[in-house]
Formats: sequence, C-alpha cells, structure tokens
Amino acid sequence: MIVQPVLIVAAALFSLGIYGILVRRNAVMVLLSIELILNSVNINFVLFDAMLSDTMMGGQIFSIFIITIAAAEVGIGLAIVLMLFRNRQTANINEFDLMKW
Amino acid sequence: MEIYEIVTYFVLLLLLSTALRVVTTTNVIHAAVSLVFTLALTATLFLLLSAEFVALVLILVYIGAVIVLFLFGIMITRAPLGKNAELDNDKNKKAGAILAFAIFLLFSFILISGFSGEITIDQASSTQLLGEILLTRFVFPFEIVSFVLLAALIGGITLARKDDALINEDQI
Repeated sequence: MIVQPVLIVAAALFSLGIYGILVRRNAVMVLLSIELILNSVNINFVLFDAMLSDTMMGGQIFSIFIITIAAAEVGIGLAIVLMLFRNRQTANINEFDLMKW
Repeated sequence: MEIYEIVTYFVLLLLLSTALRVVTTTNVIHAAVSLVFTLALTATLFLLLSAEFVALVLILVYIGAVIVLFLFGIMITRAPLGKNAELDNDKNKKAGAILAFAIFLLFSFILISGFSGEITIDQASSTQLLGEILLTRFVFPFEIVSFVLLAALIGGITLARKDDALINEDQI
C-alpha cells in the first residue's frame, strides 16, 4: 500500500471535520464533525504504526485509547447538549449566547 | 496493479465521499447514517493495514454505541427530521470552506513532503501480542483511561438527570 493517498485522505477527513464544526448550527451535528476529526487521527496512527512496523504497537494502542476517550467525550457532550436543550428548548448553537452582550 | 491496491483506492474514495456527505447533507439522520458508513470504511482500511483488533474495537464502540447515542441525541433534542435548510450557518459557509481548504493544503503538503514509501504487510499483527503490550508496557495509561471512563459515566449521569431533590430544596 502506498502511504501518500491514505495520508491525503486523512488530511481531507480532518479538514471536512473542521468545516462541519464551523458551519453546522445543530449542536449534535457539531459533535458528529468532531468524531470525523478523531477518526482521521486514528487513521494516521494506525498507518504510521504499520509503516514503521513498531514492535511495541504504539500506534494501534494509542488509537484504542483515542476511541475510548471519544466514547467518553460523546457521552459528556450529549449530556451537556441535553441540559442546554432542557433549559433553552433548542439545540441551535447560535442561541447559546449567554456570555455575549 | 494488484487487487489489494484496487480495493484500497476504492475504500479511500468511498471514505471521502461518505465523509463529505456527513458535513454537507441537510438531513440529520442521513448525516448519522453516513458517519456509520465512514466508520465502517475506516475499519476496512484498518483491516487492510492488518490492524484487526483496532478495526473490531472501532466497529463495536463506534457503530455499536456512539452512533446509537447520536441518534438518541438527535431524537431527544427534537431536531426536525427530513430535509432542513436551517441546519447550516450560511454566513459561516464561505469562511469555513476557505479555512478547511487551507488546513487541507497545509496538512497534505507537510505529510507528502515528510513521508513517502510503501507498506508491505508481510505478517498478520497478532492480537495476543497487542493484549500483552497493553497490559505490561501501557498498563498505567490503561488504568487511567478506565478511571476517565468512570468519571465520564458519573459526570454524564449528574448532568443529564433532572435533579428533583435540588429543585425542592430551592422551593423550601
């Protein structure tokens, strides 16, 4: 497998996630875009692990840690979105402007 | 070109198109389902790189648990199902596209100029070895991660539940 196309696709996934975070209005959709970014990082970790043929398998182990942290992050993030929705009756991030005047 | 390369390029192309659909579709359910396909294709890519255990963890944790949580979140926040033109911030669209494209150019330039070469998978990576390393060399981060999961569990429950006791105390 040639490395460079995979690296370019991982970079493209990362920038698509950035685009989603900046453009989406629904808070749950922003969390979906964050998952895309974490996924692109995972691809890079596993690819470099295979490329360097690491004897300690650091890349694969770190991608497992990233997946675990991402699961925790989604749980907390959705709990926060739920709390905001309960208080403001909307999941639109433009309306969460309590710190602005 | 051998079949392995053809499959790899096919997976990469599908991965790009489904990821593009996650951020551009105007239907929230379609975005979540496209993310399922993106993650399944990522797992396929990991299988092609002979990282079976990571691929299985990705399928179990992401497609099994995280996507279900997302669908739950979409439905409980009463996001309008079906087509919804209000899903995007139109005034951010141009700036977001320019910034994302600039980041893409920067990253791909750095990665291409820094790394080249070809991966040859000569042996299957052993899940047994992965488990041994995880519980010897990386046992301390492993325990820390389990503690983080416990903290996230408690934090999620504390945030999301309706605190009736607290409300009653305020009324007294």
